[in-house]
Amino acid sequence: MTPEDWLESARADAERRDLPDLRPTLEGLARSAGLLRGADWNDDASGARDTGPEAPAPAR
Amino acid sequence: MTASVELPSLMGLARAIRAGETTSETATERCLAVIRDRDPSINAFITVLGESALDAARAADRELQSGHDRGLLHGVPISIKDLFDMAGLPTTAASHVRRGHVAARDATVVARLRDAGAVLVGKTNLHEFALGTTNEESAYGPVHHPLDATRSPGGSSGGSAASVLAGMAYASIGTDTGGSIRIPSAACGLVGLKPRFREVPTHGVVPLSASLDHVGPLCATVADAAAIFHTIAEAPAVEAPPAPGPARGLRLGVPRRYFLDLLDDEVARAFDDTCARLAAAGVVLDDVTIPHASDIAAIYLHVALTEAAAFHARTLESRPDDYTPTLRVRLEAGRYVLAEDYLRALRGRDVLRGEVSAALEGRDGLLLPALAVPATPLGAATVRVGSVDEPVRNVTLRLTQLFNITGHPAISIPCGTTGAGLPIGAQLVGPATAALLQTAAALETPIRGGRGPAR
Repeated sequence: MTPEDWLESARADAERRDLPDLRPTLEGLARSAGLLRGADWNDDASGARDTGPEAPAPAR
Repeated sequence: MTASVELPSLMGLARAIRAGETTSETATERCLAVIRDRDPSINAFITVLGESALDAARAADRELQSGHDRGLLHGVPISIKDLFDMAGLPTTAASHVRRGHVAARDATVVARLRDAGAVLVGKTNLHEFALGTTNEESAYGPVHHPLDATRSPGGSSGGSAASVLAGMAYASIGTDTGGSIRIPSAACGLVGLKPRFREVPTHGVVPLSASLDHVGPLCATVADAAAIFHTIAEAPAVEAPPAPGPARGLRLGVPRRYFLDLLDDEVARAFDDTCARLAAAGVVLDDVTIPHASDIAAIYLHVALTEAAAFHARTLESRPDDYTPTLRVRLEAGRYVLAEDYLRALRGRDVLRGEVSAALEGRDGLLLPALAVPATPLGAATVRVGSVDEPVRNVTLRLTQLFNITGHPAISIPCGTTGAGLPIGAQLVGPATAALLQTAAALETPIRGGRGPAR
């Protein structure tokens, strides 16, 4: 499901639930989801993307 | 009208009590008198513990007189955000959803404060369920900034910050999921510490986003923050308070790109002046980069809203009208997030954690502003930053939420005021809380502008 498809479906559900004020927040989430999906840390099942070096240990 | 305020410190009171110059009862009576006088207009408290606080203060005085000293917090009046359970009292979370709740036992942090002899004067107002940065959405009404009633003290621990700034308590305990300790501390001229993730227990605290929630103090000085941290942390590897070491030779990285791109002009000037004072004190400053900084907000939004929605799902179904409308909408949005996008955000969190750790390599800390704008006007949906109008929520979270995502400890320290007298805060980030407190103690005076902290 693309962020655009997700947004269309989420908007429709919000309308059905009588929550029209959800619209701007859903649009913000769709923009954020688009950013996350385009990020260079995502996996690629084809193996086409280099996973890069191991990240430094967390500060824990 | 605005005016700057010199805050009395918790450590100063602790010394005065031990020197016999005052008593816990006197200090507690003074705080309760300020609450009676000023809280009708500030609205910092949801519950005030008048008689029980005075009983605790008298008991603290009797113990000290008999030679039983519980430590640095013994007899000190402290307020606590109304997200923490206190046995026999409601934990309202500033929401009608919690109507009828009475806590069966103390939160772990409350129990530790009581064991340390602290006097709890009341439970403070907040943004409903801590999901917001202004305190405007509260079932108990908004909190007003003590220096300017038309403005928010910042949030979500806004009642906590206002209570300390107004002299209703010597310190407060808050929570910080995206900046909710550091934002109001910066807006109110306080020191606010978000320790490392899970270093202070959250048991008995109403969660917002369990993987982002932190507990910490809002207070007058770095030494005060260290004293409270020492009391409430799981296994504090810090002497309280740390003796301020020399500033000369400390190394700080300044993450300019993204973090300094969107600042109010007066905040930018105060931050530049702070950097200049630190350099003059012999601190070595250099630029660092967080390569994925532009993904911070997207990662935060997906993690925070999803986790908050999971916690609230049952009451969103059964009692939707008990939420303020804006909060309900924000929580409902989290219920639509796809699992795959939440997991992408968690992967992004690991990337950011590595990048912050890498930026700290070979340095004592990172330095950036804590809040991009001064205290925002109540009722404002947007705030002008430079030549653009930005949503208040986005701009207030912008500089703090990264360190909730990564779990690194961070502290806000006052670094100046606007022309109208509104406080501005600088933020130090460290590799570990003990080391951060040492660095903050060494740099507190130059960060504040040459004046030492209140004593």
